Amino acid sequence: MRFSALRVLKEGLTGNKGWTPHWRDPAPKPEYDAIIIGGGGHGLSTAYYLAKNHGMTNIAVLEKGYLGGGNVGRNTTIVRANYMMEGNSQFYSHSLKLWEGLEQDLNYNAMMSQRGIINLVHSDGQRDAFIRRGNMMHAQGDTDAEFLFPEQLKKKLPYLNHDNIRFPIYGGLYHKRGGTARHDAVAWGYARGADQRGVDLIQNCEVTGIDIVDGVVKGVQTTRGAIKAKKVGMVVAGRSGQLAALAGMRLPIESHVLQAFVTEGLKPVMDNVVTFGMGHMYISQSDKGGLVFGGDLDFYASYAQRGNLPTKEHVMEAAMCLMPQIGKARVLRSWGGIMDMSPDGSFIMDKTHIDGLFLNTGWCYGGFKAVPASGYCMAHLMATGQSHEITARHRLNRFETGRGLMDEEATGSQHNLH
Amino acid sequence: MRIVCPLCGERDSREFSYKGAALALAYPSEEAGFEAWDDYLHNRDNPAGPTRELWYHGSGCTSWLVVTRNTTTHEILSVELAEDAPESRQEASA
Ligand SMILES: Cc1cc2nc3c(=O)[nH]c(=O)nc-3n(C[C@H](O)[C@H](O)[C@H](O)COP(=O)(O)OP(=O)(O)OC[C@H]3O[C@@H](n4cnc5c(N)ncnc54)[C@H](O)[C@@H]3O)c2cc1C
Ligand SMILES: [Zn+2]
Repeated sequence: MRFSALRVLKEGLTGNKGWTPHWRDPAPKPEYDAIIIGGGGHGLSTAYYLAKNHGMTNIAVLEKGYLGGGNVGRNTTIVRANYMMEGNSQFYSHSLKLWEGLEQDLNYNAMMSQRGIINLVHSDGQRDAFIRRGNMMHAQGDTDAEFLFPEQLKKKLPYLNHDNIRFPIYGGLYHKRGGTARHDAVAWGYARGADQRGVDLIQNCEVTGIDIVDGVVKGVQTTRGAIKAKKVGMVVAGRSGQLAALAGMRLPIESHVLQAFVTEGLKPVMDNVVTFGMGHMYISQSDKGGLVFGGDLDFYASYAQRGNLPTKEHVMEAAMCLMPQIGKARVLRSWGGIMDMSPDGSFIMDKTHIDGLFLNTGWCYGGFKAVPASGYCMAHLMATGQSHEITARHRLNRFETGRGLMDEEATGSQHNLH
Repeated sequence: MRIVCPLCGERDSREFSYKGAALALAYPSEEAGFEAWDDYLHNRDNPAGPTRELWYHGSGCTSWLVVTRNTTTHEILSVELAEDAPESRQEASA
């Protein structure tokens, strides 16, 4: 079934009886050419591009819960390409270009909204650093970066507290092509696109073992039985450590909780995404009207999918400092997701020492924007056995030598620093 | 979370900062080589369930502590001074 405006009109006039499920609900087959473990954004996009770009259609995605129930459905949906480091810069730039054509490609409304992101700065040093970042974005070919000075920002974002005594606003880097997308719709769009190309999306199917014989992967054990495959991709974000342990691997990953918050629906007040880095807080307004905002990690290892009060208090305080009128809004919900934190803050996409077993992890708190390019490059890796050129630096062994580390924030390459 | 410091008693978690797995106490010898140091610095068990980790009581007595904590419930199971923890006496093996 193809979606179009005409179709919406027709269904509207005929009682909406013609809509069908967006994907099948198949039982697992005994064997596939490739298996992807994890039905989040990255697993689903990997399956889609394996089928679309590499013609691999006898494949399955195994998801322990329901599609999109993990971080892909829990994030604050910011999409951007304002990275600086060689490797990351090309990768996120490529991802943003895929986002720009995504809805046409998938024939699915992902509500991609390039409303622009503004990173606020509050000191001379921070201003210089962000102007440099803007120049780096131009150098990588993304010429939509522009530095806005205080007078321009006062006009553009009149609702901010511009003259706060501790955090006066010195300007902001405006990334015009950045924005937000509807997180669930991204997962569903990729799921539907993969399903239409013959991929089996198997839910309620937890992988409980990885079968390896003489260093070669043979398949997996699941709660729905054993499934054979010559290629297996581990794409489970926050659960990467436990999944890899089934293959006898220890990863450079620690799982942490990141929280987010949403207020009741309000009339339009914010046009852009605004980040308040010095206060560890960022905010945007969803199409439903809720103010969606978040902050830092809670900064301790966690699988609880919920955080503690100190971080909540900190984020609320930062929000009040940035835009005091937010105090009149009521917070409707808060939640947490499990982040696969890597030592240098950048992701890992690589083959493993086990033949046929591939790894995709370390997305930290920023893997939503990566969903298209991650699947694109992971599919390339699984199909060809070689890293795609834009992920050539995202190897697992970079930590061993320290060569090629991608420490975007320049805080160091050990756990708990990002 | 509230953490019972062996020296200061039960305190709000805001007084403490988290460092990571307590295995950080058991560092390899200088000669141990790349692989052992890479493993020590970067690789983690990252368990879902009880785990032993280092916390620093920075806004209290400034002791390093080993806290046994459940990462799926945030329940704190026990707290001891890092100097008394078995990890302090063991050398990491690669
Ligand atoms: C509060 C919050 C805000 C965020 N904000 C942003 C943002 O603004 N911008 C941005 O770019 N990123 C953001 N992120 C990060 C982003 O959401 C993640 O990096 C990204 O979603 C992770 O990839 P994924 O979608 O594949 O993960 P997930 O959706 O978590 O997918 C992994 C899947 O694997 C499944 N799984 C695990 N173990 C097994 C098993 N043994 N067998 C079968 N299946 C298994 C899980 O059930 C899950 O569905 C945010 C995250 C959070 C929590
Ligand atoms: Zn103390």
